[in-house]
Amino acid sequence: MQRKGSAFQGLGVVTLKELSDHLSGWRMFVLEWLIAITAVVSVYGAIQQIRDSTAEDPFLLLRLFTRGTPLPFVAWLSFLVPLVSIGLGFDLVNSEHNQRTLSRVLSQPIYRDALLFGKFLAGLATIAISLLALWLLLIGLGLVALGIPPSAEEVGRTLVFLLVTIAYAGVWLALALLLSILFRSAATAALAALGLWLFLTFLWAPIVANFLTPSDDVLAALQTQLVLGRVSPSTLFSEIVAVILDPSLRSTQQSIFAQMGFMLLERGAVPGAPIPLLQSVQVVWGQIVGLVAATILLFVTGYVVFQRQEVRA
Amino acid sequence: MTEQLIEAQSLVKRYNGVAVVKGISFSVAPGEIFGLLGPNGAGKTTTILMLLGLSDISEGRARVVGHDPVREPLAVKRRVGYLPDQVGFYDNLTAADNMRYMARLMRLEVEQREPRIKSALEHVGLAEVADKRVATFSRGMRQRLGLAEILMKEAQIAILDEPTSGLDPLATVELLEIIRNLKSRGVSVLLSSHLLDRVQSVCDRVALFSGGKIVLMGTVPELRHQVLGGAFPVEVEAEGDGLRDRLSALPGVRSVEVIGPNQLRMLADRDVRAEAAAAIVASGGRLHRLSDLPSLEMIYSRYFQNQSEAGERHAA
Repeated sequence: MQRKGSAFQGLGVVTLKELSDHLSGWRMFVLEWLIAITAVVSVYGAIQQIRDSTAEDPFLLLRLFTRGTPLPFVAWLSFLVPLVSIGLGFDLVNSEHNQRTLSRVLSQPIYRDALLFGKFLAGLATIAISLLALWLLLIGLGLVALGIPPSAEEVGRTLVFLLVTIAYAGVWLALALLLSILFRSAATAALAALGLWLFLTFLWAPIVANFLTPSDDVLAALQTQLVLGRVSPSTLFSEIVAVILDPSLRSTQQSIFAQMGFMLLERGAVPGAPIPLLQSVQVVWGQIVGLVAATILLFVTGYVVFQRQEVRA
Repeated sequence: MTEQLIEAQSLVKRYNGVAVVKGISFSVAPGEIFGLLGPNGAGKTTTILMLLGLSDISEGRARVVGHDPVREPLAVKRRVGYLPDQVGFYDNLTAADNMRYMARLMRLEVEQREPRIKSALEHVGLAEVADKRVATFSRGMRQRLGLAEILMKEAQIAILDEPTSGLDPLATVELLEIIRNLKSRGVSVLLSSHLLDRVQSVCDRVALFSGGKIVLMGTVPELRHQVLGGAFPVEVEAEGDGLRDRLSALPGVRSVEVIGPNQLRMLADRDVRAEAAAAIVASGGRLHRLSDLPSLEMIYSRYFQNQSEAGERHAA
């Protein structure tokens, strides 16, 4: 049966209210501090390493993202982004149930679609604002510390990296939103989300690969691990940033084997020669689509469950 | 014929194949206060949610302000104000900010918002605390804030789910007065409650629910007539000689029985309490107590008592 009226009526109102809640809450305050500390620690660590490298390196700005002690910036982000996304999303819907505000809000002339989509958009916008701030902070600190203006190619690559990181955040936010719909208890939703993150990031590939491959065939186990690992958003994100932030990489395997001391080269390729940004994007296009698809899949699952739920608490 | 603001025809709601609302029909006229009364779990809230388009209708049809709540829920919700059972607010926001959020969702014009919020809060007596966080509000204040939202909306129908539940007697009286004011503003009210006696004074008509069905519907005197057979039972506690005969002699009195020391029960065709009191005093007796007219609670329980007796007779 066709419903009358736009499904998105009230979307802007819900999004602005949620965004205002996020930006003025304690969680955002903690997030801002995390951002500042991460940026300063990353730049400091990266500068220490970059000082030892050659001045002729044409991608010094990118090194700010990929080098550093104790962890490079991208490694910080791969942990920070899921935690922040889960932190913002684990009580988006169940808090409306627990505060008994859901039926009151939905008795206004809006559909559930607008409420759910508005909450997701506001969460993603909050993370996007934080990541943008972090990106600007990092580039600004890098400029001051290095004293060399970045090239257009470098800025383009870091911009693509920023967009990919937002998409990566979208996956975890959609997962947290789904769990906040499934579980009425916010604590249960948070615990389930953190458990899934730990499992997918650290346990999924090694456990399943070991289970599926013979123990004596190391290469087969590694290949299986590589394929299965891509079920995890963290693996997809790592593969994307490795290629986007290192113009010398021509494939995702190259980065993995390079870590193991091997060098894979296509026929006619010059070792270490950079490839254009567009080609780098093409190399990881599948992974980018995978992240976006996972976000959509999780959001749609949550949407269907939410539409079928009873409003009464 | 007056167009009904709410029309429910044979509404059925099933959860996993089990019917919780079983083919109920009723209507609410403009300016009427209609009570959906009955115990918890009888299907009152489910019926309300179906009328608001917040829950699917398994069978039957409904029209609210001339719109189908299934196909046109936005049109319905634009004209209907809803106060849920145990209404919740965003505790981190002030009363006025909570209302501003709702005003934006209602799509009120910018220039209309503040005057309407101010006027509604004044009407429910919360103007003084408009800028206080809702976290500090009592249950009664929250209920009144919920009613303020309905006033701000200028709804044609106010649907109130258990509005007096959990309120102290004073807060209940205040809330019932606000509900009467809604009626005086021309707003139709559909209210549900399991506290039959508390709300019977404000209702023009009531529907008594049991097990997902409406078992009785009409005005309170109509129900009294329907269930008690047109009789007005009155209990008298008085001292004096020959009171039974004097009361039996009053016009309209069908019977008088002694139910205890100085306690009599009269059955009359009409309300004879004033004449009974006068007769006792005139005979030199001392009147201690006259019972109220039968309450909805009594009518409701008597109805089920009658049903059970009829069932037993049928079985015999």
